[in-house]
Amino acid sequence: MHRFANPARFMRISTAVLPWCGALAGLLLATGLVLALFVAPADYQQGEAVRIMYVHVPAAWMASFVYAVMAGASAVGLIWRHPLADIAARAAAPLGAGFTLVCLVSGSLWGEPMWGTWWVWDARLTSVLVLFFLYLGYIALVNAFDDPSRGTRAGAVLALVGVVNLPIIKFSVDWWNTLHQPASVFRLGGPTIAASMLWPLLIMALGFTLFFVTMLMVRMRAALLAARLRALRMAASEDEARAPRRRPRAVGEAD
Amino acid sequence: MSPFLRLVRRDLALSMRQGGDAATVLAFFVLTVILFPFGVGPEPVLLARIASGILWVTALLAALLSLDRLFQADYEDGSLEALALTALPLEAVVAAKCLAHWLVTGLPLTLLAPVLALLLHLDSVAYPALVLGLALGTPSLSLVGAVGAALTLGARRGGVLLSLLVLPLYIPVLIFGVAACEAAAAGFAARPHLLLLAALAAFAAPTAPFAAAAGLRQALE
Repeated sequence: MHRFANPARFMRISTAVLPWCGALAGLLLATGLVLALFVAPADYQQGEAVRIMYVHVPAAWMASFVYAVMAGASAVGLIWRHPLADIAARAAAPLGAGFTLVCLVSGSLWGEPMWGTWWVWDARLTSVLVLFFLYLGYIALVNAFDDPSRGTRAGAVLALVGVVNLPIIKFSVDWWNTLHQPASVFRLGGPTIAASMLWPLLIMALGFTLFFVTMLMVRMRAALLAARLRALRMAASEDEARAPRRRPRAVGEAD
Repeated sequence: MSPFLRLVRRDLALSMRQGGDAATVLAFFVLTVILFPFGVGPEPVLLARIASGILWVTALLAALLSLDRLFQADYEDGSLEALALTALPLEAVVAAKCLAHWLVTGLPLTLLAPVLALLLHLDSVAYPALVLGLALGTPSLSLVGAVGAALTLGARRGGVLLSLLVLPLYIPVLIFGVAACEAAAAGFAARPHLLLLAALAAFAAPTAPFAAAAGLRQALE
């Protein structure tokens, strides 16, 4: 792990990997969308509206997955002081919040025709809403300090405290009577969803994951470049303070 | 007396001397509860229906009020650094401060709640569940709030940020507390919900001091 702690090394690796990652993500998302919108069958009860599932479910999986990544990166940053781990956690947070928002909004749009309501306070929806606020709280906390490293470390503790929400989200449909349907893919006994729907779903999920990895690398590179820019600016202003450049003097001006 | 209890006594003495804390929290509790009959109308049936929710949410907000001063005063005058250097582990320091905070805010809220429940026409059969629920839930509020207070020590707009961080984590306590009250009012057993509240407190008691101590160490670096 510490072989990759060198930011310059990360920049070199990501420069090589990023275009391929992005291209593959685009390809998978395009394929997945075509399969989801045109090839996959309509549901016998829900009709064509079931196709929202191909956006809603991968977004939901990503919401929890990105939080787990963020918490894992926070733990690595706290325990081993791995420099890239802290940057990764900060970079992942807005992406996770975005996926959670997509999940909530697409779910709401799906719920209206199917359940007759835009929202219901059942366990699954409430716990995902709490996840959204945990993301927002993390983003607010890491940006609330003048010293960025203090903010990152405080956020790391918060991210680890909020991990307790992830099993609650996963098992909420088993532990409570919920309007949201129980697990159909990640369950003991295997998926109950039809194969013709499962494959487009998995392709979309893989596309979302690669999209996340691509955007995470982009944001981490941006953070590293911003840090380098800050360091260069500070060095330049220190040089300026120590030995100010002489400007050409006008006629009659004193030394 | 053990160092832990001495720290609790010191915090209690400081709160009594400053005087404001417990009184402000209770005054906020009473005033906010009183606002609701003005807002939704004084009809007893309606108020009885929403009484447990009002009492729990306002108790939560009142407990939230005094949290940012949990570590702030000690941090500003340097006593937090001194406490971190003592033989008492920082986790125990946090636990002692949480206990003192609960004695000054949570306990008075719990004791005052039945009086306010009268004002909201809460069904009298629900009073034991209300008091017991608050007694079991307010320690979790102090503990989880301490984590938030430690993490936001020294932050810009720390008070508002503290609310944003801590309220999502308060939601389980709120859900089970109100469920206990509603179950009792409807004639069902409140015991399962009260047991879950106790479980939340039992989970928070050993884990929150560690998270809060980690936050304090970051602030003291």
